[in-house]
Amino acid sequence: MGMTMTQKILAAHCGEAAVTAGQLINAKLDIVLGNDITTPVAINEFEKAGFDSVFDRTRVNIVLDHFVPNKDIKSATQSKQCRQFADKYDILNFYDVGQMGVEHALLPEKGIVTAGDCIIGADSHTCTYGAVGAFSTGVGSTDMAAGMAKGVAWFKVPAAIKVELTGAIQRPVTGKDVILHLIGKIGVSGALYKSLEFTGEGVKSLTMEDRLCICNMAIEAGAKNGIFPVDEITEAYLKGRSQRTWVKYEADPDAEYERTVTIDLTTLEPTVSYPHLPENTHLAKEGKDIKIDQIVIGSCTNGRIEDMQAAYEVLKGKHIAKGVRGIIIPATMAVYKECILRGYTEAFIDAGCIVSTPTCGPCLGGYMGILAAGERCVSTTNRNFVGRMGHVDSEVYLASPATAAASALTGYITDPREV
Amino acid sequence: MNAKGPVFKYGDNIDTDVIIPARYLNTQSAAELASHCMEDIDKTFITRVKQGDLMVGGENFGCGSSREHAPVAIKAAGISCVIAKSFARIFYRNAINIGLPILECPAASEAINEGDIVSVNFDTGVITDETTGQIFQAAPFPEFIQNIIKQGGLMNSLKD
Repeated sequence: MGMTMTQKILAAHCGEAAVTAGQLINAKLDIVLGNDITTPVAINEFEKAGFDSVFDRTRVNIVLDHFVPNKDIKSATQSKQCRQFADKYDILNFYDVGQMGVEHALLPEKGIVTAGDCIIGADSHTCTYGAVGAFSTGVGSTDMAAGMAKGVAWFKVPAAIKVELTGAIQRPVTGKDVILHLIGKIGVSGALYKSLEFTGEGVKSLTMEDRLCICNMAIEAGAKNGIFPVDEITEAYLKGRSQRTWVKYEADPDAEYERTVTIDLTTLEPTVSYPHLPENTHLAKEGKDIKIDQIVIGSCTNGRIEDMQAAYEVLKGKHIAKGVRGIIIPATMAVYKECILRGYTEAFIDAGCIVSTPTCGPCLGGYMGILAAGERCVSTTNRNFVGRMGHVDSEVYLASPATAAASALTGYITDPREV
Repeated sequence: MNAKGPVFKYGDNIDTDVIIPARYLNTQSAAELASHCMEDIDKTFITRVKQGDLMVGGENFGCGSSREHAPVAIKAAGISCVIAKSFARIFYRNAINIGLPILECPAASEAINEGDIVSVNFDTGVITDETTGQIFQAAPFPEFIQNIIKQGGLMNSLKD
């Protein structure tokens, strides 16, 4: 029997000619990642177990992004612990304030992750890198500690769901609308333990930003990973960027899928996930009665330059509604600088928004935009759980940058085609 | 190894943000994390929970972020075992890696009520609701994972 793209990458990394769904393997890792929340716990486990070296100082990545620039003394202490560890083991890809970005925007941008890789990260949105044709999945801190020490991780080879994309995406619909639609269709546990294998003629209408956003939220359907085939668009993105030679894996024609979900991209419309689960999807045009207090545009899901451009197209020359707070956070320093060079930053400020340096801050209710009881936010982030962005009685509505920007202009949930 | 105690019961999709809200992730202290465990959906959990009590959830327990702080908080709060219909995969790994016993058993998850006294035999996977007299069989861990548990967790298993 044939293998899926995920299974082929896993087989190549555990030294087997073939693997099958359900098989437990130890796989060799190309990249191990952690952030300022998860790395300190990993460092404690690493040291408690008595390790005194990392498997490869060029393959361990530590990005301070969740609570930096540090929000309080405790988070500063955690960052300091990461800094000292990175210094002690001479970690090549250690990103501190000034160089950092939101990790899952930063690593692809820098070419640290590439096609054919096997990657773990102590952050659930590590599944983002499936967009470049890698097997990439989120783990906990103890797995990160083991990965840093030995360069291996145990996996149960996932069964697969094929997501057949037909038609072509119609702007201003984006990858965000695609993934929210998919989660609405299969549910937050619809892909539990499985890989989401995206394929079909519609793939070629999706940019790398679309694909990164789609894979980013694979976890919100419970998936182990999401993965796109490597095509001309992927190779154009990797060329001159990838720090290592990449390997292109393709699913076998007779690969086994537990089920196929077909999405006609042509028919998709701007989509919003209402509180308190990403599966609670509605069309943006149906949200006209929902008054909002804040928007957030940014995060590992939607903080890339194309996302900033989408927000700019909606906000330029206009002003957000009275009573709405607009928070825009380019996800990396390169995106931040590009926003300045292209004039987006000026347009955002003139529209009444603030523009912050990179941080995960508000997405997880850390800081930089916490909601009070009864407040509502349209956010381009990835989760709308109870209390995710602040008070347990606040509400988060997940949407694309264009929808968030359009909603800021009117003060109500708004389809970007209507402003 | 066994567990026995009263049950705290919750529904489907209990996410890591309600198990331990991100505003407390600026600490690694298990006791401090435990003191905020479940507070966004059950403010009195931490005042009622006693060492050895059990937790029962529905589908997709532990979904959301990869924070290991979530199983750490549950364990440090005193919970001896979590039973659910299904677990989110990162939570599942983390629980094994840090030594929080978890069992997947849809029938038990359905039938057990809040406050029932439940006993669990980890060797056999037999779950007994002593309040109602019902008996359930959870699927045992694969041998590969049992070996990690037997060796005292992932880090210890790497030492050979």
